[in-house]
Amino acid sequence: MLTDVFTGLSWNPVSDVQQMLAYPFMVNALEAGTIVAVMAGVTGWFMVLRRQTFAGHALSVTAFTGASAAALAGAPLALGYFGFCGAGAIAFAGATGPKRSYSSESAAIGSFQSLALGLGFLFVSLYHGVLNGLDSLLFGTFLGITSAQVVVLLAVAAVAIALVGLAARPLLFASVDPDVARARGVPVGLLGFAFLLVLGMSVAETSQITGALLVFALLVTPAATAHRLTARPLLGVVLSVVLALAVTWVGLTLAFFSIYPVGFFVTTISFALYVIARLVR
Amino acid sequence: MFAQEFMRNALIAGSFVGLACGVVGYFVVLRAQVFAGDALSHVAFTGALAAAAFGADVRVGLFAATILGGLVMGALGDRARADDVVIGTLFAWSLGLGVLFLSIFTTRNSAGNGTAGIRVLFGSIFGLSASDVRTSVVLALVAVALLLAVARPLLFATLDAAVAAAQGVPVRALGLLFLALVGLVAAQATQAVGALLLLGLLAAPAGAAHRLTARPYRGLALSTAFAVGSVWLGLGLAYAFPTLPPSTMIVSAAAGVYVLALLASSRPAWPSRILATDR
Repeated sequence: MLTDVFTGLSWNPVSDVQQMLAYPFMVNALEAGTIVAVMAGVTGWFMVLRRQTFAGHALSVTAFTGASAAALAGAPLALGYFGFCGAGAIAFAGATGPKRSYSSESAAIGSFQSLALGLGFLFVSLYHGVLNGLDSLLFGTFLGITSAQVVVLLAVAAVAIALVGLAARPLLFASVDPDVARARGVPVGLLGFAFLLVLGMSVAETSQITGALLVFALLVTPAATAHRLTARPLLGVVLSVVLALAVTWVGLTLAFFSIYPVGFFVTTISFALYVIARLVR
Repeated sequence: MFAQEFMRNALIAGSFVGLACGVVGYFVVLRAQVFAGDALSHVAFTGALAAAAFGADVRVGLFAATILGGLVMGALGDRARADDVVIGTLFAWSLGLGVLFLSIFTTRNSAGNGTAGIRVLFGSIFGLSASDVRTSVVLALVAVALLLAVARPLLFATLDAAVAAAQGVPVRALGLLFLALVGLVAAQATQAVGALLLLGLLAAPAGAAHRLTARPYRGLALSTAFAVGSVWLGLGLAYAFPTLPPSTMIVSAAAGVYVLALLASSRPAWPSRILATDR
């Protein structure tokens, strides 16, 4: 059974890793996966803390729309990903305002998200003959990442992590107790908006590896596991990054040696870790 | 337009999908469970592909997966209200499974080349058969009748769970039943507008209704009218302009209604004022 699934595996770890690293596309995929995992681990931890999982998901859908719009217009895909996710973050912050109320916020996000998906589907169907392309936009491909893309990913991740790092203390305060933070002069609304923008960038980046639909596997699940295991902020962020890294590396490796897609391995491993964390704590 | 059989089928099935989505969506928005509805729509995708991959009837996979998904999410959350982190993790995994089933399906049927997945994701309302239409009508009527039967206690349990529980309302059981009903409607709507777009019919018309009125029964009626109207408008547009996909047009019409309602009511919506104290 296992040998049917992992057809390429010789079961000798050293030679298997050597074989994998002999392919430039695999090296690129691992590099990109590492960058994305670090970034998703950091922003995901704050996203789970702030209970903005749904907003994160809606932004990932916007990434799909952006990519399909870029494909239709003949522009670089990365431009579409980042442009639409940034615009989506601005739209959310504008629609929900500084004082968040869950019910009206979720209706707004839901309407926005399905409109974005609908438009994405429209762009794809106007751009004929890309049904296979649609699959990879939605579910990701790690085979086609170029070295230039890795550099772009690294630059965006560096900026985003630096921003989160600079604002970490006030952001933590504003997320845990917005009312007290506001009374102490912390710009809660501005921080919320800035965080959505960073989340949008992060999602746009992750989408290029995992596809728009599976962003969640790296953003939510490692962070949720970390929140289960520790309440201490710094330790939690580190744990979330470590889990995201482990899941990405193992997922990419398993996918390389098997006939099944990377998204399945990444989501399944991270979900298994989350279940274990729930059972332990 | 009405001379075409596929168009008649689409209109009948679409109207009943709109009816069910409008009624159930009203409570989904009131209970702030739009994200759960979203997750169920992705579970629908996984269920349908699992059935396709193993050669079973797609509809069986759809309904089994969504109703089970609704029950699991309800069971994991407090007071049968799953919190968004639990929903997010479950849903990421269900998508991963969906991708797996998609790849199994495409390797088994080399002729299918992935279009089955696209059909499930984005719907095929112009390709419904007469028996699909009958199923859709019956299911919509069942879901709406069940929901209206529990509408009063459900409303009570939603607005003030603690007082409702003290008065002997089975809050937890109602929450579970409700999520299972959302699953049923999600599966039914997946056949028409697709797993990815049905959220538009659940959230947008109901969100608009909540913006416009605070009275529950008037809101329910408005939400249903908006949902059915969006389906008709979307189908009409897609018929008039054949390059436009019908599911996109339906969802765009619903989102348009929502934006108009936002503009028409600048004051904060009623559920937000009530539920704000809950958080």
